[in-house]
Amino acid sequence: MARSGTARRVTRAATVPEKIPIRLTVNGSQMELTVAPWTTLLDALRDHLDLTGTKKGCDHGQCGACTVLVDGRRINSCLTLAVMKEGAEITTIEGLARDGELHPLQQAFIDQDAFQCGYCTSGQICSAAGLIAEGKARTPDEIRELMSGNICRCGAYPNIVAAILQAMERS
Amino acid sequence: MASYIGSATSRIDGRAKVTGEARYAGEFNVPGLVHGYVVESAIPKGRVVGIDTSGALEVDGVIDVLTHRNRPPMADNDDAYKDEVATEKGSPYRPLYDDRILFGGQPLALVLAEDWESARVAASRVRIEYQKEPHVTDLHAQRDTAFAIDTPEKPRGDAGKAFASAAVRHVAEYFIPTEHHNPMELFASTAIWDDGRLTVYDKTQGVQNVQKYLCGVFKMKPDEVRVLGPYMGGGFGAGLRPQYQVVLAVLGARALKRPVRVMLTRAQMYALGYRPASIERLALGANSGGTLDAMTHEAIAVTSQFEEFARNDTGWGNLLYKSPNAKFEHRLVKLDLPTSCDMRAPGAATGVYALECAMDELAIALNTDPVQLRLQCYSERHQGEDVPYTSKQLRECYRQGAAEFGWDKRNPQPRSMREGSELVGWGMASGVWEALQMPATVRIVLTANGHAEVATAASDIGTGTYTIMAQVAADMLGLPIDNISVKLGDSTLPQCPVEGGSWIASSVCNAIANTAREVRGDLLKLARRMKDSPLADAGVDDVALTDGKIVSKRDANRAVSIASAMLSDNAERITREETNKVAEDKSHARNVHSAIFAEVKVDEELGVIRVTRLVNAVAAGRILNLKTAHSQVMGGVVWGIGMALHEETLFDHRFGRVMNANIAEYHVPVNADVHDIKVIFVDEPDETVNPLGIKGLGEIGIVGVAAAIANAVYHATGKRVRDLPITLDKVVQFN
Amino acid sequence: MTPFQYARANDVADAIKQIATDPSAKFIAGGTNLIDLIKYDVEGPTRLIDISHLPLRSVEPTAAGGVLIGAMVPNTDLAYHPLIEQRYPLLARAIMSGASQQLRNMASTGGNLVQRTRCFYFYDTTTPCNKREPGSGCSAIDGVNRINAILGTSEACIATHPSDMCVALAALEAAVHVAGPAGTRTIALADFHRLPGNTPQRDTNLEPDEIITAIELPSKGFSANYSYLKIRDRLSYAFALVSVAAALELDGDTIKDARLALGGVAHKPWRSSAAETVLRGERADASAFARAADILLHGAKGYGHNNFKIGLARRAIMRTLGQAARGTPQSNSDKKIR
Repeated sequence: MARSGTARRVTRAATVPEKIPIRLTVNGSQMELTVAPWTTLLDALRDHLDLTGTKKGCDHGQCGACTVLVDGRRINSCLTLAVMKEGAEITTIEGLARDGELHPLQQAFIDQDAFQCGYCTSGQICSAAGLIAEGKARTPDEIRELMSGNICRCGAYPNIVAAILQAMERS
Repeated sequence: MASYIGSATSRIDGRAKVTGEARYAGEFNVPGLVHGYVVESAIPKGRVVGIDTSGALEVDGVIDVLTHRNRPPMADNDDAYKDEVATEKGSPYRPLYDDRILFGGQPLALVLAEDWESARVAASRVRIEYQKEPHVTDLHAQRDTAFAIDTPEKPRGDAGKAFASAAVRHVAEYFIPTEHHNPMELFASTAIWDDGRLTVYDKTQGVQNVQKYLCGVFKMKPDEVRVLGPYMGGGFGAGLRPQYQVVLAVLGARALKRPVRVMLTRAQMYALGYRPASIERLALGANSGGTLDAMTHEAIAVTSQFEEFARNDTGWGNLLYKSPNAKFEHRLVKLDLPTSCDMRAPGAATGVYALECAMDELAIALNTDPVQLRLQCYSERHQGEDVPYTSKQLRECYRQGAAEFGWDKRNPQPRSMREGSELVGWGMASGVWEALQMPATVRIVLTANGHAEVATAASDIGTGTYTIMAQVAADMLGLPIDNISVKLGDSTLPQCPVEGGSWIASSVCNAIANTAREVRGDLLKLARRMKDSPLADAGVDDVALTDGKIVSKRDANRAVSIASAMLSDNAERITREETNKVAEDKSHARNVHSAIFAEVKVDEELGVIRVTRLVNAVAAGRILNLKTAHSQVMGGVVWGIGMALHEETLFDHRFGRVMNANIAEYHVPVNADVHDIKVIFVDEPDETVNPLGIKGLGEIGIVGVAAAIANAVYHATGKRVRDLPITLDKVVQFN
Repeated sequence: MTPFQYARANDVADAIKQIATDPSAKFIAGGTNLIDLIKYDVEGPTRLIDISHLPLRSVEPTAAGGVLIGAMVPNTDLAYHPLIEQRYPLLARAIMSGASQQLRNMASTGGNLVQRTRCFYFYDTTTPCNKREPGSGCSAIDGVNRINAILGTSEACIATHPSDMCVALAALEAAVHVAGPAGTRTIALADFHRLPGNTPQRDTNLEPDEIITAIELPSKGFSANYSYLKIRDRLSYAFALVSVAAALELDGDTIKDARLALGGVAHKPWRSSAAETVLRGERADASAFARAADILLHGAKGYGHNNFKIGLARRAIMRTLGQAARGTPQSNSDKKIR
């Protein structure tokens, strides 16, 4: 953000803080990378590990496109510092299919046409995987509420709910 | 073999999208990539008098900071910046060109660094000194400055006089605020510089439009610039014109001779285009028999100080309703904002909202059922041009939509239906859009193994273009769909217009049909030359390609397999390129239509509105894919819900700034806002509109939806809210 | 954004020690609000001390019959905890109506308390804001203030406290356990958040060198008669225009005890003991609820776009008290307000 002359001044650090080596387990593989303290998990995945399936839609926890599973729980990777997840198990969209076979949610999203442009899809599917693991949503109303942290601008919501119901029935 | 056309085929790009393999413009992590971060203007109007980049340059990893002072050369004339979607009048904005600030959020510097994190830190350290100038950003405050532009529809009769003497009159102003597209994908470009040649991955709805634009701006030859966009994370019109980040990425790449990615922030995207705020005045006069005598539709909409963007807001009544007297006027107000632009169903989403609310109000004044009023006023001809439609199954839309919804159980009295604490409202509206076709060229490469590649420079922005192209090609070539590969989103592919206006399906699929016919001709030639050919005396239109064979239409036993025909001549591949034939034909009006029925439940005391049920019955010619077509219309309905209840870009006119430039406070519908949406496709064969009878679906889904919801809110509450969005405080008087 | 160094705290004592040595440091736990603000250049700590690994993750019954919640318990874990679901369902409902499941999975109990306030101008660094830059002026008072406060405002600031959880904690009279260089202390939730006055830069009474270690709930959970109602501009994943936490203890039709707190209307969860007192001993009916609403909203003032919040709050209070009295709390997934 640019500031006019009257705005608050940023403290000028003499040097930018050092980068930090960290280890993450991503989709079952040990990854070593060196990141700035302010590198988010999202940027670490996309830029450092080339796992671009996790999407950046707002970078502020407002859209859910960056949803990944950390130790089995769905979170917004854009508001998560990578350094804080040292040693954590991270599952991204790239880690859901097994030996080329789609995860039931991935297949259900195709079957139900639960996306159009595809940009929110990774987050929707990871979020749905988290939702199913939580075991709290059973009815369409409950799914709608607990999937409301994932915005789909194409408006595929009814099909997303149908896809989650399909995956829940088959698992 | 069953026909693919018309089936509910799953998206062929589905697997790439659900596995995360599909790469979008900002996801090409090429070696040596430089990350750009934009520094934007804090003021809406004035000049840059100083830029201090020293603090930014001190940050480790920062390579350079580009400003208008040190950027590489760019073209110095307007023509170079006029892309194919540019406004007719005006001077296009030139990114990072000079010290002029034309709108808030305008890019003023580009930080280039080895990594995104450093670029972001450095961007905060760029110090800009401004010379401010007075600005205007408020349409209402500036409406007296509105000037008329050429009206899209000619007047007829004397609408003013007829209105004055009409038995029943309705006149009102409606308001639609500024809205932003907010596609989920952030606008991004990756520009790769390779010894004078440029490859650019761009978030765009038209790779060739961007390619031509970049050639103009950077004075490069067509073969030196290639633009790619295999996937696009939502466009909705925001990606029709080249956006500034692509220019900045190329500037960076040219300056550093390295690949550069520029990805905007969500906030920065509020300084791209937007749906212009508009004030719409409707004056409808009816005779006591309940038909229209007078129709006046006037719109005042926003554009920038430097370009005149306008779309047809006011002519839609001519397509829907008979009225012997009619007048249309479109005026513009210039504000210190970026140029407004197309956003899903531009002109119609806003204009039809106002028109269809006005028709609802007229129906109430006439004490007539709103569907009945529309049938009484139903137009079998385009009223302005006085020509028939190629097809218009709108009556069927009303009938089927009403039946599905249960409209006959409606009590017409407002506030008459309730469920506990909630008032229940049922409202309806009509929708209309154009069935356009633009010239597009498709290349088919058929190989002897029975596979075909179908290619054109279109973009699939989520619309399903990949899939419908594969379906049409599979049917036309008689091959299984798995044997078809579709190539899109590459400026080196055959010519295709931008993906917009709902014209891609009709344009591209008719081009496939024409190209496939040439391929069929080539195959037939080979088959006829074969020894004892069963097709020796057949002409190209006597045969079809079916199940991998060239088959006589008269006698299915007379057939030659595609493989053997090609092998007979050692032909490894057949390559053909053809264009759809778009003839200038003014003998018919070409339109899609819809009827929308909405149910809302409104908490009587608290004003909380829920859209509980909605039926959208659409007549749009041939439906190519039931699954993706359904999604297109459903998505449009969700947009209509947002337009009706949620969406509004909030400005603080003192600062000339958008105050909710994010996706938490600019509300779009979330999953919990969307319930039962039923989409009906009314059968509408149409051999006149184009050979395949395709009309397009991208826009029609949203048109009329906000009006149906607004009308339902009125029916529920007795409160008419004319300015969108309908928030709870507009429905209930709280204090 | 301002770059920062990163350090991990091993235990509470270490955290206190680390923050004492660096006045420009801040603690980070879930990060859902702080990282957001850092990216917007609203906050600019030069060091973040990671307290997310501190062993403050238990939810345990107390000797006094209440519950002690570790500051690092994630919001969802708290909402789904059997002790909370059964004994303090008001708190569970309030938590589940805030943000999204992803954010609730990340956000900590302690962090929820120290979310910065909500105002368009606080987040836009190009505009004057007394909270960001004391003395620069409040842009919201004459600006776009639909989301701003109607109660407890000052000429310096009309921002609103954004939390849902804290509204329930206020109604339940929770206490905040904090530790600092001078030892530990307990702050009543009512005293934890501040009104803006002429120091809007301070949202809470937590000292910069103190850390929240736990939240304590007293024994009374009002699990039979409670409701949390959140009114917002879309049906989920949006901040409250107005929210109401209501809890009643009934003896037949008569109110023995009552709690009432509002969200979205002030710089802190808004409560008034007088409003609760007026309910005690009364029949649980609309006239009593109206009297309570009038007292709770006494002195409410609109700033233009948010005038409607006064009337909306009044009706929302009455509705929520009705839900509580009937024992039919508002559901988060069924959007019909009964």
